[in-house]
Amino acid sequence: MAETMTTNATAQVDLTKVKPYGDTLNDGMTQLSFTLPVPYGEEAEEAAKQLAKKMGFEEPNVTYYHELCPGYTYFVVYGKAQATVDYTTIKVPKVDVEIMDRVACGEFIGEKIKRDVVVVGASTGSDAHTVGIDAIIQMKGFHGHFGLERFKNVVAINMGSQVPNEELIAKAKEINADAILVSQTVTQKDIHIKNLTNMVELMEAEGLRDKIILTCGGPRISHELAQELGYDAGFGPGKYAEHVMSYIAEEIVKRGWQDKPEIKDR
Amino acid sequence: MESKLNIDPKVVDSARGHAKKIAEDMQKFIDVHTTVSTERTILRLLGVDGIDDVDTPLPNVVVEQVQAAGGLERGVAYWMGNAMIQTGLQPQEIAEKMSAGELDITKLPTASAKEAEAAIMPAVHAALKKIKAQTKARQDYLARLGEGSQPYLYVIVATGNIYEDVIQAQAAARQGADVIAVIRTTAQSLLDYVPYGPTTEGFGGTYATQENFRIMRKALDEVGEEVGRYIRLCNYSSGMCMPEIAAMGALERLDVMLNDAIYGILFRDINMQRTLVDQFFSRVIIGYCGIIFNSGEDNYLTTDDAYESAHTVTASQFINEQFAVLANIQEWQMGLGHAFEMDPSMKDGFLYELSQAIMAREIFPNACLKYMPPTKFMTGNIFRGHIQDALFNLVSVWSGQSIQLLGMLTEAIHTPHMHDRYLSIENAEYIFNNCRDIGEEVEFKKDGIIQKRAQEVLGKADALLADIEKDGLFSTIEHGKFGGVKRPKDGGHGLDGVCTKDDQYFNPFIPLMLGGEE
Repeated sequence: MAETMTTNATAQVDLTKVKPYGDTLNDGMTQLSFTLPVPYGEEAEEAAKQLAKKMGFEEPNVTYYHELCPGYTYFVVYGKAQATVDYTTIKVPKVDVEIMDRVACGEFIGEKIKRDVVVVGASTGSDAHTVGIDAIIQMKGFHGHFGLERFKNVVAINMGSQVPNEELIAKAKEINADAILVSQTVTQKDIHIKNLTNMVELMEAEGLRDKIILTCGGPRISHELAQELGYDAGFGPGKYAEHVMSYIAEEIVKRGWQDKPEIKDR
Repeated sequence: MESKLNIDPKVVDSARGHAKKIAEDMQKFIDVHTTVSTERTILRLLGVDGIDDVDTPLPNVVVEQVQAAGGLERGVAYWMGNAMIQTGLQPQEIAEKMSAGELDITKLPTASAKEAEAAIMPAVHAALKKIKAQTKARQDYLARLGEGSQPYLYVIVATGNIYEDVIQAQAAARQGADVIAVIRTTAQSLLDYVPYGPTTEGFGGTYATQENFRIMRKALDEVGEEVGRYIRLCNYSSGMCMPEIAAMGALERLDVMLNDAIYGILFRDINMQRTLVDQFFSRVIIGYCGIIFNSGEDNYLTTDDAYESAHTVTASQFINEQFAVLANIQEWQMGLGHAFEMDPSMKDGFLYELSQAIMAREIFPNACLKYMPPTKFMTGNIFRGHIQDALFNLVSVWSGQSIQLLGMLTEAIHTPHMHDRYLSIENAEYIFNNCRDIGEEVEFKKDGIIQKRAQEVLGKADALLADIEKDGLFSTIEHGKFGGVKRPKDGGHGLDGVCTKDDQYFNPFIPLMLGGEE
């Protein structure tokens, strides 16, 4: 981080001690909403205030509270956060490649890899949601970002949802995939972590972990989490097909797989 | 009713005519086939319940033994009826003996199909009596307690634990919900058996079991008394056990069931022959016991573009309607589905959504239309999500929808928290009340954006239905015309559970239920 101080309208921001901003620097203003399993009433309001104080908010203000049903009360609370963070020391692992758009990805592959890039993706395990994998692979893509099926020089197979990890790996072997895309949407009780971990274990057991680029994505996936779980890259919200393909194409070049379309040669 | 959209009744009639032929054509296939799940349903209705020592449900034990002996073509009703004659035992006792390895019902002396049918009839009538008692209980509750006004507020519970679901469901009813749907655990749709007993573990939902149905029914009856309103219970008659779950729903007084002729094929990769045969028996049961079915057209719009493919929703609604007619389902039980799923960044998107919703109401004036909330473009920005849900609620009250699956501001983040549900109900109640009669007051500009859009979508739906009539439904699905998903006729899960009936096959429930037998 180059500078530790930046200037705003009336005061200087100390980036080593950042706190929330409402309408005045360092006012710490934060909005919270939560439910307590207590009956509606003034005691409930006091309980919410005390809880907000223990969370580190000064001058907590319960702006609204409401009985959800007997025994449960909902609160909207404002408070002034006291905690600060040092922005200057933050390091977030990111997928560190230049993002090319769809056309540039196709040209990059044509010039540098000189063969089709083959990927296979699925929503795995018990997960029945196809929205994530469809957004990345399906021709029409998502939010105006075309999917991999529309990319030049890319062969993308979408296996859909509820695909066992074993079947996804078998397909990757069959088609000599350069990369596997695992999509996970359901996260209740951390089922996605178990499923993603199992995938890595199976890849390692088959001796394929270094021979196929392994990526995952979903609304609760970050690159950091993906790396912790043993993936090469992770793609969270706001990432589209071009992010995924930019990474995969660069990685193929980095690994020197241009002339190794077959897994056995890698 | 005069059309506010100026749609041509001749085009509606043409589309409905195509759909009728499509359904009748498919019915010819359905009538000569049966499935393992259809046969298990007959057993469940005859009172066969429970599991063996490795947790296999007894209906599965019986059907697997009959199938292995090559007797599926004759149907379990025959084998059961025959076994009752030869052993003097009741269906449950016969199933228990089969499970213990003490009886092989395909190796007994054989009576004629007529004799077997006569033997089983008392058990069939006992089942119908039980179901009719539940239908009457619902009517009594509705007469005594009344119900919420339409659009009914429909919310989901999905904790994975039926006892936690009960707490959430009762809280939702106290907050104003009219329909509680217990979401199923992910992957249950692909199980070729129905799990047994109360369950406390599930992912993204709770197992549909008969005991769980019973537990939730009791909880909703209790809270209904408390709030002075009958609270409807919804679950899924879908997946590999579609008709079995319909039977469980009939016996345990569910009021609403998700049930779609095509959904399982497209989105769960269940074999199309299997699902189409299964949906017929499930719908006969649903029609008989007064359950409202909900079809799943909304799902097409999560995989396909809601603007471009709106006509596939309309076409599918026509097909679902005509399949329902063949199963003797009344119009008020037809919860035809659609959804508010257009990209919110689209110019005039609200006008197109409004046009589509009003068109659905004009085409199906007496149906119990089920309207689904935005999900695909919900982002985690809960504040904007709450506004998307508000627009959805406005379209709903404006167009006179019947069942409103409430959108949650936390869609795309987690299964709803208790206060998410409160905020959603408050949102809907505010808008429904504030705009109650807007539909009566507002008319649309002649040949303006809204009218033109409806005419265009209806025209495309009619053309698509004409194509399907020509090609047949199987081939249409093979070519990916619904939801952009292609499925082969001989692919997918569960094909090995389909067989052709032999000439002595009978399913005693279908004619009696279609005839409305008491």
